[in-house]
Amino acid sequence: MTQSASGGNRLDPWLGSYASRAHNMRASEIRALFAVASRPEVVSLAGGMPYIGGLPLEEIGEMMRRLIVEQGETALQYGSGQGHENLREHITHVMALEGIHAHPDDVVVTTGSQQALDLVTTIFINPGDVIVAEAPSYVGALGVFRAHEADVVHVPMDENGLVPSLLEATLTRLQAEGKRVKFLYTVPNFHNPGGVTLSLERRPQVLEICKRFGVLVLEDNPYGLLGFDAEPLPAMRSMDPDGVIYLGSFSKTFAPGFRVGWAAAPHAAREKLVLAAESSILCPSNASQMAIASYLEHADWQGQIKKFREQYRERRDAMIEALEEYMPEASWNVPDGGFYVWVKLPEGLDSKSMLPRAVTARVAYVPGTAFYFDGSGSDYMRLSFCYPTPERIREGVRRLAEVVTAEMETVRIFGPHGTRTTATVQAPSPDLA
Amino acid sequence: MDVLILAGGLSHERDVSIRSGRRVKDALESRGIRAKVADVDTSLIPTLRELSDDTVVWPLLHGAPGEDGSLQALLELVDVPFVGSRSREARVAWVKPVAKAVIARGGVSTPEYVTLPQALFREAGADQVLAALLDQFPLPLVVKPALGGSALGVSLVTEPDQLAQAMVQCFAYSDTAMFERAIIGTEVGVSVVGTGDSARVLPAVEVVCEGPYDYDARYNPGRVEYFTPARLDEVGTATVEAAALAVHRKLGLVDLSRIDMILDADGVAQVIDVNIAPGMTETSLFPQSIEASTADRGVLYERICAGALDRYRSR
Repeated sequence: MTQSASGGNRLDPWLGSYASRAHNMRASEIRALFAVASRPEVVSLAGGMPYIGGLPLEEIGEMMRRLIVEQGETALQYGSGQGHENLREHITHVMALEGIHAHPDDVVVTTGSQQALDLVTTIFINPGDVIVAEAPSYVGALGVFRAHEADVVHVPMDENGLVPSLLEATLTRLQAEGKRVKFLYTVPNFHNPGGVTLSLERRPQVLEICKRFGVLVLEDNPYGLLGFDAEPLPAMRSMDPDGVIYLGSFSKTFAPGFRVGWAAAPHAAREKLVLAAESSILCPSNASQMAIASYLEHADWQGQIKKFREQYRERRDAMIEALEEYMPEASWNVPDGGFYVWVKLPEGLDSKSMLPRAVTARVAYVPGTAFYFDGSGSDYMRLSFCYPTPERIREGVRRLAEVVTAEMETVRIFGPHGTRTTATVQAPSPDLA
Repeated sequence: MDVLILAGGLSHERDVSIRSGRRVKDALESRGIRAKVADVDTSLIPTLRELSDDTVVWPLLHGAPGEDGSLQALLELVDVPFVGSRSREARVAWVKPVAKAVIARGGVSTPEYVTLPQALFREAGADQVLAALLDQFPLPLVVKPALGGSALGVSLVTEPDQLAQAMVQCFAYSDTAMFERAIIGTEVGVSVVGTGDSARVLPAVEVVCEGPYDYDARYNPGRVEYFTPARLDEVGTATVEAAALAVHRKLGLVDLSRIDMILDADGVAQVIDVNIAPGMTETSLFPQSIEASTADRGVLYERICAGALDRYRSR
């Protein structure tokens, strides 16, 4: 089967058997370059790994020990497809911090919010359906949408997040073209990668526009509690529970290793999500859910989030100060929370072409092309400040500035050039700092 | 015999190297040999100093410093037995224009080329240098970093407006670019095992690629169709095998190498690349050649390691 009709060998006996959606599931040379970022010599500003070192690990260890010793027969057993009821109750309390009044029955616990994203896409998207998303948008969501053969249309943001007038214009155009828009995918708080937050004034405007066009809103909110200064804004779901599916996660506020997230959905959609989840994984990990529930019951989790905020604020400040000192020719936003700074490179530079030079200089970032469905965005790069220490962030930006200077010299000599777009995976794997 | 495989490193080809290292380890372990994979970091020298007398090192780093002679120089300094070419020969093979000059002097054909550093474009004016280049090298031409592998930074330029992007991509990997006349013909990789007069070739692998034989084509199965042995007649086969052996010997390569070439329309083997630490991944040409030779990978790798140990002991 490995041998083709012509007698050659393509080294994959199942090449003719893959679904069409698998054809673009390929590693790129960009992804290969990230392999170097795992080495300690490299300052990685690429990945979005939370600062787990900030957690009270001994306390959590003791909690896990007690969980297995005292409740092991339940924790290590299969559980409910919808998720552990006790945890779902706790999740409603977490969501209440952002103004959501939900019943535990509204919640479906998932293996990270990434699975919730996949389940929502599974139940709503047929090949060719359109999803509207911010420009740029979370690379992990774009991968899910691509795998389900959706078409993604981006809508620009400004410093206040998604621009309602442009959303309306986009939906009007798509409607005129006869396109079926199924949902708006949005990260309203401390956007990944954009760093911006959808303003309070715009939230009802966006919801009203979507309602008018019959478009569901998929509100992805992993960073909402990680604001540095202000209290969390009301979630969009708190303003329109029937028009919004809300995705939450413990990966950023506690630890991604447990892989626990959730969806809060209108009841009919929730039923389908539960059935889809059972088809997919039977049930989320009982042990992880009970560990999280125990953490929420016994630990000062809100105090821990406050500590995280302070630690991330210090890192954000280090990154912004370093950018101001070393890279004045670039421009960037100053995020009020979350993990990311979105940097616009000097004119003519291509962040994807520049990455090998950066890796040689022992610094890594994610090229902007990873965050656009069509592979555009080469004039941007995403820098993460969540994982490295402030000193390492400063050193990383210093190295990056030298890379930018060298690349500018090359572009000055040869002139700006067109960008090759590609649909291959250009983001680091999730275990990369 | 134990084997310490050095894989990983800090080059752009780290990912490929790690995969190569694991595959070689598996093959050696299938022969009952204790094999261990280690990265090149600050623990390397202490590790090397503690090796037992019957341990041989196999440097499998792709790109610098594994292929540029640096790692080999270190292994020579610490005085441990190792697989593959010595530091001096590795350094010559690593710098593509230097290797091409040696190859050409030895009577083996290689595509016409010119090597230009980025600084020259700045000093002499990029437009004028490119115009002079295109006078002598009409399109299509290949732009490649003077150092490096896995086709990283390599572009086939078929239209003038592609040249600027090709240059920027190339200089992201190396300060010096090599411009090579593009050759149309049958592309093959010929693996060589052994040293000097005892070197022999394995069956040539023919590469038929939809689009350029770039990183994506090399490491994502599907776009490339491999023919092993290559679909060449007797004369063609003899030509590419003779060219590979000549390059291996002329450059003084040791134990193993893979010589990439294109057999052009006139039946001339044009050598386009020399690899002293060829890839050993699932899609790499060297393991495919072994499979086509009906040899067992584990047996061959064991023989290579044993040969390296004997060579060290009989110095």
